[in-house]
Amino acid sequence: MPSSMKSESAYTPLLRALAGIALFFILWEVLTAILQLPRFRLLPNPISVVKEWVSFAPVSGRSLFTVDYYWDIGYSVFRVLVAFGLATVLGVGLGLFMGWNRIFYDFTFPLVEIFRPMPPLSWIPLAVLILPGVEVAVVFVTFIAAFFATALNTLLGVLSIDKNYFLAARCLGSRPIQVFTNVVVPGALPFIFTGLQIAMGIAWLSLVAGEIIAGERGLGYAIYEGYSLFQNDQVVYYMFTLGILGFISSAIIRSVGRKLMAWEARRRGI
Amino acid sequence: MSNSTSIAMRPAKTPSGQLNILCKKLFSMKNLRGLISCVVFVALWQMVIVFDIPYLKNLPFPHDVAANAASSAVTLEYWMHWALSLFRIFVGFIIAQLLGVPLGLAMGISKTFKEFSFPAFEILRPIPPIAWIPLAILFWPTRELSIYFLVFIGAFYIQVINSMQGVQNISVNLKWAAFSLGAKPKDIFWRILLPGSLPSIITGMTVGMGVAWNVLIAAEMIAAKGGLGRTTWESYTNHNIPFIVVGMVSIGLAGSLCSVLVRWVGKKAMPWTKKF
Amino acid sequence: MANAKQLPGAISVRHVSKVYDPEGVNVEAMRDCTFDIAPGEFTIIVGPSGCGKTTLLNAVAGFDNITAGEIYLDGELISSPKHQIKPDVDRMVVFQNGALFPWKTVMENITYGPIVQGSLNKAQAQAKARQMLEMVCLNGMEDKYPEELSSGVQRRVEILRALINEPRVVMLDEPFRGLDAVAKTVMHEFLMQLFCNSPRTMFFITHDLDEAIFLGHKVVIMTTRPAQIKKIVNVDLPWPRQHSVMNTKEYIDLKSEVMDAVHEEAIKAFEAGEREMA
Repeated sequence: MPSSMKSESAYTPLLRALAGIALFFILWEVLTAILQLPRFRLLPNPISVVKEWVSFAPVSGRSLFTVDYYWDIGYSVFRVLVAFGLATVLGVGLGLFMGWNRIFYDFTFPLVEIFRPMPPLSWIPLAVLILPGVEVAVVFVTFIAAFFATALNTLLGVLSIDKNYFLAARCLGSRPIQVFTNVVVPGALPFIFTGLQIAMGIAWLSLVAGEIIAGERGLGYAIYEGYSLFQNDQVVYYMFTLGILGFISSAIIRSVGRKLMAWEARRRGI
Repeated sequence: MSNSTSIAMRPAKTPSGQLNILCKKLFSMKNLRGLISCVVFVALWQMVIVFDIPYLKNLPFPHDVAANAASSAVTLEYWMHWALSLFRIFVGFIIAQLLGVPLGLAMGISKTFKEFSFPAFEILRPIPPIAWIPLAILFWPTRELSIYFLVFIGAFYIQVINSMQGVQNISVNLKWAAFSLGAKPKDIFWRILLPGSLPSIITGMTVGMGVAWNVLIAAEMIAAKGGLGRTTWESYTNHNIPFIVVGMVSIGLAGSLCSVLVRWVGKKAMPWTKKF
Repeated sequence: MANAKQLPGAISVRHVSKVYDPEGVNVEAMRDCTFDIAPGEFTIIVGPSGCGKTTLLNAVAGFDNITAGEIYLDGELISSPKHQIKPDVDRMVVFQNGALFPWKTVMENITYGPIVQGSLNKAQAQAKARQMLEMVCLNGMEDKYPEELSSGVQRRVEILRALINEPRVVMLDEPFRGLDAVAKTVMHEFLMQLFCNSPRTMFFITHDLDEAIFLGHKVVIMTTRPAQIKKIVNVDLPWPRQHSVMNTKEYIDLKSEVMDAVHEEAIKAFEAGEREMA
């Protein structure tokens, strides 16, 4: 099949992207506001959503120009950062150690495998029961979710390191701690960063759920509150806000990863 | 120069030899250590309650949990919750596969289609599935349908991305080889692209199943009647403390069961891979 | 061949056997191997694929233990069934598929050994590394990562990484496998230059019989599994070797002798259904 001989400018992908997005919004508007199909008319339409989002005096009290909006963002982002930060430190540490030391692995792996499949959100009742205050419980559940993902990926990263690197390092006269810093940590880094990206996504997921179920303030909580107060427009642009924050946080992790793993970037010719 | 004796050859093929090997594997150092850590864990659990450690003392006793588990396991109600949760997972999950795989494959095959659809898709993807709950409840006429929808959202995006990458990762050489052997586009799809993307599709199913479970539990806690998530949350509000743990473990077991099932399907679909 | 001064690096392999025991099925990799390598001797090990050459290397290097026999380095026992095996700076290994640390630059890779052992500080190590790179015309590569380099350059860097530590023995496991014929000639010259500069014991595994005779003082031919020493052929050609030597009668006779022995074992291996290990 010969490739088509259409002349494609560099702008074609961009134009198509915009066309696709525009099509999506048009479809949304048509289904909800114009045709008002049976179920669809209950949903907010894009124009009113955008209007509310950028309004100076929003009905729901929360828009790009109100302080409350940024308080909500602040609460959620703070919780995610604390939970994710802890999960990274503890998860990477655990994963590295489990991959490094066979005996430690034998002791810890069964326990990890029992707890790991438990969906993080199933911890909510127990966390609320034990921990002081709902705030800590919500952060804890977010932490658990990110922790297991990070630990597992780190462990896989260490196990994926070619044995020859270990042999070479020992041959060259390294002591165990030097093998750890010069082989184990850099070798596992690609997997660690993949794990961190996945963990970030999971963290946001769990945080929102935690805020809805048991929280006070924050984006998830505000979404549910907006829903119960019939502020459907607010619900939608809060959803988009979550999407944007999730995207930004993953992008930050990716770029930190690229900086730390300069050798990967050069290999791929970036 | 001394002569050290070599290790005697072990008769590994006799029945007693096989049993020997089995025992060695079962009671290996590795399993022993795992067992010890589980026992230590339960012992610590018991002790933090007995010694009134702050906060942790509110945990239920291990033996209470065990008793609760035993008594729940013989009630019909308990297994009804299992059935309800499992049913919801399967409906949402299967629809996600039925819609996600074709969409992902289409995005992988046709660059034009991808350029149109991927950006819009990517805008919606980072929105956590749970955040869809209010909209889902508004839109769908029944609660059950909205729960299926949420499970679907959880697994759908993952499968689209995986299927798309599955097609993209197929080496161009395979396609050209097929063309030179006289294949038509239809053949290329069914005989090369689809089997070649299977590993990624199966990965998409496994990962998607994990996320779907997470979403289901949250959705049940927030908005459902019945199901393992709901009943675990209710046991908290009803002060049936031991059942909180029983519920958690049940959820974990149910989730593992589904994961094992998906992996089994994966092995059957790809008999040529040993490693999964 | 060897210099006047007394070099270290004499290896004695005495009745060494190695039996693997995965899942209770015994695999005899080596049986009763005995041979000597004199200090500063460039020794080549050849034999059919999968016969146990790498097992022998692992045993001498201290990566794996042996189930019978002893191995001595300069009279000191370094491996026996009861021995605690330990890889050491004295026996540097250059690995088959390359083991340059991908996350370190060329300079960091080469200077890794001396820095980590504490025998040189960073500045000294870098100076020495620069000197070595200069000598083999590889200067300018210092800040590149291994993946940015061609395989020929990678191999040379890995050999430099080993040599900077001045080991008693350098062990190379098919280091030039997969390089095209032209690149190989460059590698051979490179290796010979380094060897002439500071001779030390070389333990070199290869499949390429031309390479074996061209480079080596001595060729040890191993049998198929279980590996035993079939034959040792001394290569008495003048040193340093030039390519023209490949046309001489002595070379052709030697090659013929080695070829016959290897061929015999290859037929046996083939009949035994040995699979070619990639």
